[in-house]
This record gives sequence, structure tokens and C-alpha cells, in this order.
Amino acid sequence: MSMKKTTSLACAAALATLSAGAHAQISGGVVKIGVLTDLSGTYSDLAGSGAVLATKMAVEDFIAKEKPNFKIEVVTADHQNKADIASNKAREWFEREGVDTATELVTTSTALAVMKVAKEKDRIAIMNGPGSTAITNEQCNDVSVHYAYDTYALANGTAKAVTKQGGKSWFFITADYAFGQALEKDASAVVIANGGKVLGSVRHPFPGSDFSSYLLKAQASGAQVIGLANAGADTTNSIKQAAEFGITPTQSLAGLLMFITDVHALGLKSTQGMYLTEGFYWDLNDETRAWSKRFFSVQKKMPTMVQAGQYSSIYHYLKAVKAAGTDDTKKVMAQMKKMPINDFFAKNGQIRDDGRMVHDMYLMQVKKPSESKYPWDYYNVRQVIPAAEAFQPLSLSRCPLVKK
Amino acid sequence: MEIFGVPTALLGSQLLVGLINGSFYAILSLGLAIIFGLLNIINFAHGAQYMMGAFIAWLALTKFEVNYWVALIAAPLLVGLLGVLLERTMLRKLYKLDHLYGLLLTFGLALIIEGIFRDQFGISGESYEVPEALSGGIHLGFMFLPLYRAWVVVASLTVCFGTWFMIEKTRLGAYLRAGTENPQIVQALGINVPLLITFTYGYGVALAAFAGVLAAPVFQVNPLMGSNLIIVVFAVVVIGGMGSILGSIVTGIGLGLIEGLTKVFYPEASAVVVFVIMVVVLLLRPAGLFGKA
Repeated sequence: MSMKKTTSLACAAALATLSAGAHAQISGGVVKIGVLTDLSGTYSDLAGSGAVLATKMAVEDFIAKEKPNFKIEVVTADHQNKADIASNKAREWFEREGVDTATELVTTSTALAVMKVAKEKDRIAIMNGPGSTAITNEQCNDVSVHYAYDTYALANGTAKAVTKQGGKSWFFITADYAFGQALEKDASAVVIANGGKVLGSVRHPFPGSDFSSYLLKAQASGAQVIGLANAGADTTNSIKQAAEFGITPTQSLAGLLMFITDVHALGLKSTQGMYLTEGFYWDLNDETRAWSKRFFSVQKKMPTMVQAGQYSSIYHYLKAVKAAGTDDTKKVMAQMKKMPINDFFAKNGQIRDDGRMVHDMYLMQVKKPSESKYPWDYYNVRQVIPAAEAFQPLSLSRCPLVKK
Repeated sequence: MEIFGVPTALLGSQLLVGLINGSFYAILSLGLAIIFGLLNIINFAHGAQYMMGAFIAWLALTKFEVNYWVALIAAPLLVGLLGVLLERTMLRKLYKLDHLYGLLLTFGLALIIEGIFRDQFGISGESYEVPEALSGGIHLGFMFLPLYRAWVVVASLTVCFGTWFMIEKTRLGAYLRAGTENPQIVQALGINVPLLITFTYGYGVALAAFAGVLAAPVFQVNPLMGSNLIIVVFAVVVIGGMGSILGSIVTGIGLGLIEGLTKVFYPEASAVVVFVIMVVVLLLRPAGLFGKA
């Protein structure tokens, strides 16, 4: 397991003694951020080392700009997408290493596990990578923030736009586990609500590699749109093989969970014309470009919404610690929810009572190869989905913290 | 027309897709079977070697503009050569020990190789275009058959049966088979058995790389593409009978077809069906369908 510490424990202990008097409100005299992410598996491109980099950039920028009177430390660990590893690591961090917040937490299962530990130990969990809406519904708690996106926002954005533009009949290719089924359910509801119909679906074992059988079924259904309710390599292989079997010119594909790294890996030739929803795109405006180019100069890849969200959320967290004058969980959470978020990632972003950070989302259409003028020039922004419409409304919330 | 509520056109196309996947299984399990037959090594690095074949093809195309056809020959040679090196320096020391040692060594190597590729290329992988000459497809009436997929079936069946012919019908093959039966006596007859073993491992590994190049335009080329496939391929080898050449080819294709049918009638079970068959076969014929008890 790879695990780095920016400063040795001895050093941290020394710092703690030195600064104990000066900053009595900050436990141990240092704000410790633990990045718990997938550093080697399926999600290591969309989160992974890029999320660690984004965290470090946020800390550096915060120190340079806000000149805090407390020390900040970042520790990282690879949770290998396993809930038991994630919760053990978080427990160790909270109990023995004085970590104040565990962040990133890609894959829902690891996120839900760490949220429970954070609640038990009265620390904070800030999530960018995981997608499930359970985080802010059934499993919600008052020490967690779900920041960059969720499956509701993605399915809602993409399915609504495609159905409204005339893609009335749908067929789903769904990864046969909780995440895929939830995605299919959410998207189906949106399709039907917008006057479309669902002709059928096929559930494939996860992970798969050959999708031609399912694609042929989707083709035989005669549906206008094939919705891909899967993720990662399953999605990229489905798209690649749809082009191979001549399905894409006549039927169109809608990726319900896709990241810019997936588009990059597949190339524009097989993804052109696809609709997808993103919480961030590096090439939106001067602000996003400036930050993303800094990120690119180290990572050699443009940031995903997870990585950009990671920067934004950590910066916001540190600002809240400074404003509250303490790293006490309750006070910091209150401060984070009180302050709006205004940076390159979000404008007037707001963290709700259920822990959901709501901000504008973007409906993207992938460019044709001929439209792409420079590296990573992949999307046309088709629609800005305002924060109020992008996420599940509080009136539908299943989170007990939401007062109705 | 319908069979069990499934239109025959759909059934036909699913069987064809099954045949295509079966050809991948056949060529991969063949390599494993040959290696196990002569070396008694359970080559867990097979998936990583398959992945290396695909990556070499991609690197050759993007960095050196070497086309698909050259890669189809060069990548297996290169990976085969690495296999020879591996056999000479490491595997050789394990022949007298239990199977488990070979398995652990090759498994460890697979993890190391995949780790290096993951570090270098990331997890999302790279896209390899279908070569110009094989792009497009034919309308068969019941389905659209991409030309490239047809080529995959032809190429892998040719290589599989070519290999079978070499082993069963030529003098070199006779040495190989004799070496499998009783290496001491074959050595005493003046045949260089260690060289034969090195060659066999290199050839088995080259087959994996060949399958990797064939797979590159079909699947996303990524560091874990082999580990996703290798478990099924091991099941194929066990069902066919460890070390049986013809068994591995026939079983590979057969299981591809059965898996294809499962995807029509009950797709949720398509990942398990091969293993269910494996359990049944092991209970009824522990040596496998084609193995000698």
C-alpha cells in the first residue's frame, strides 16, 4: 500500500508542542487533511494522484493568499476501492494521527464507510469522487459534504436534454450492481417525465469487456438512444464497440457517468456527438483555464470535475477553519454551510443541510475531430444547468436532517 | 421466427459474437495449455503478456508509426523473447518444485508488469484504431458483421490449428510430446530438452501477445485488460483438461458460444456460466473433457 506523509510524525509532534500555546483552538496546532483515494485502480485517472495534487495546490494557494496562523499538513493513502481498507485507514488517521478531515473518497462504498467513522469520531468527510445520491439521502449525516457531482445530476442533465431534443425511445445497458441499477432508475424516471419511453434494458456483469452482445440487443430494440448506465472501462468499451458494429450512426449513445478522462482515452472519433453532463470543464473561461493549466503542467492531464472539485472543497474547508478560528467539527461545518463558494469551480455554490453542495452543472456535447483545435479541446457547452435544477430538490430528500 | 421468445436473427448474431469471443479464449488457453504441458508451470503472467502485446502494438503505432500488420508479427516476437529471458533466468529454477512456486512467481511478475504499465499509462488506457483494410463491415441480413471481427476469427483459428498441426504432426512436435512424457529418456536420445522447453515457453507467451494485438482494436488497451480475461481462460483450460492441446482449442470456442447464448437468455449469469460448467466438469471428469485421467 502506498502511503506518504508530508511530514514525519516526530516533526508534527514538535510542531504541536511549539504552537500549542499560540493556537489553542486548533487541535495539535495543525490542520491535517487526509486524502483517501484510489491511487492504483479503476478510478485512479479520474481521482487518484490528480486529486492529491489538487489538494496540495489548494493548501499552497491558501497559505500564500490567506496567510493563516496555523499549520496545514496533507497525508495520503490508497484505499484500493475497498470499504474495509478505507474505514480502517480513516479510523487510524482520526484516532492516532490527528487528521481533521478525510477527503476525496471515490467509490460510494468507501465513502459511506468513512462517513460513518467520521460521524463516530466527530471529524469531517468531504467527498468528490463518489457518485451515489445515498450519501446525501438515506445515509446522510451532519459531518459530511458531497461536493463535485452526483448520479442524480448527471442522469438528470443528460437524459433530460437528450429526450427533449427528440431522443424519445431509450434502451439501457446497465452494470448489474447497485450503482448501475440506481443510475438506470434515475435516468428512466427523467426520460418518462419528459415524454419519452423506455423500451427495455440489459444488465451486464461487472466488470465486462465484450459488450457486443448487449449492443446487438439494444440495436434490435430499435431504440433511438442507448443509455449507458455503467462507468469506467465498461463505458469506454461499450462506446468503442458500438462504433465498430455500426450502431452509432443510426442510434445515439448517452453516457450517464462519463469523465473527460474517458473521452480522452477513447478519442473524439468514437465519442463525437455524445451528450454528457459535467460539473466542470477546464476550457470554460479564463479562470478555469488558468487553474487547469497549472494543474496540467504537473499532472500532464487536464483535471476532471473530481480533481477541480477537490481543490475547491479543500480551499473552502480551510477558509471555514480560518473564519471559525478553530478546527472543531461542528463549528467548521456550520461555517462551511454559511459561506457561499465563489471560485473557478463554482459560482455561488452552497452546501445544503443534507451535505449536498449545489452549483451549476454543464451539459456537454463531444466535438467532432474536425472541430477540435488544440489538445483537450473536447466539449461544446450546450447548456448551463442552473444549480437549482441540477440537483435533487430538497423536497424530494430522504435525509432525516432536512426539515420539511 | 422465434426460438424461446428470441428472434432467430438475434440468436444468430449472438452465436457469431460468441464465436468471436471463443476465438480469443481458444488462442489464450492454447498458450497456457502448451506451457503447462511441457513445463508444468501454471503461467499466471499470461494475462500480463497478452496486455503487453496490445500495448506494444499501440506504442509501435503511435510512437514509431509501425502499422498493425507489422505489429502482429513483431509484438509476439518481442514478448516471446522476453518470455525466453524469463524462462532462462527464473522459471528454470522452479521445475523440480511444486506447481505452486511457478504459479506464485508468474503471479507476482504479472502484478509487477501491470503495475509498471499502470504507472506509465494510467488506468483509462489507450484507443487503437481498426486498421484501414479491415474497417467497415458486411451486412449479413441478420446482423452487421464488422470485418475486423471476422478477421479475428480467421486469424486465431488459423494460428490455433497451425499450432495443433505442428505439435501433433511434425517431428518437432513429436519431440515436444515426447519431452512432455519423459524428459530424461528424450534427453538421453540426444535431444536438447532444455532448449525445447525454452522454445515452448517463448512460443506460448508469443501466442498471448498475438491475441493481445488482435484484441487491441476491439477492446480499450489498458493495463488490466489481461487480468480481466485470464481467470475465464484458466477455467477454459481446466474444463478442456490441463495440457490438452486440442481440448483447449475446442473448449475455448465452445465456451465462447455458450457464454454468447447466456447473454441472450440470462445476461446476468454470463460471467458465472463458465465457472458453473467448470464445477460440473470437475465433479464428473476431474481430468477435464479432453484430459487423460
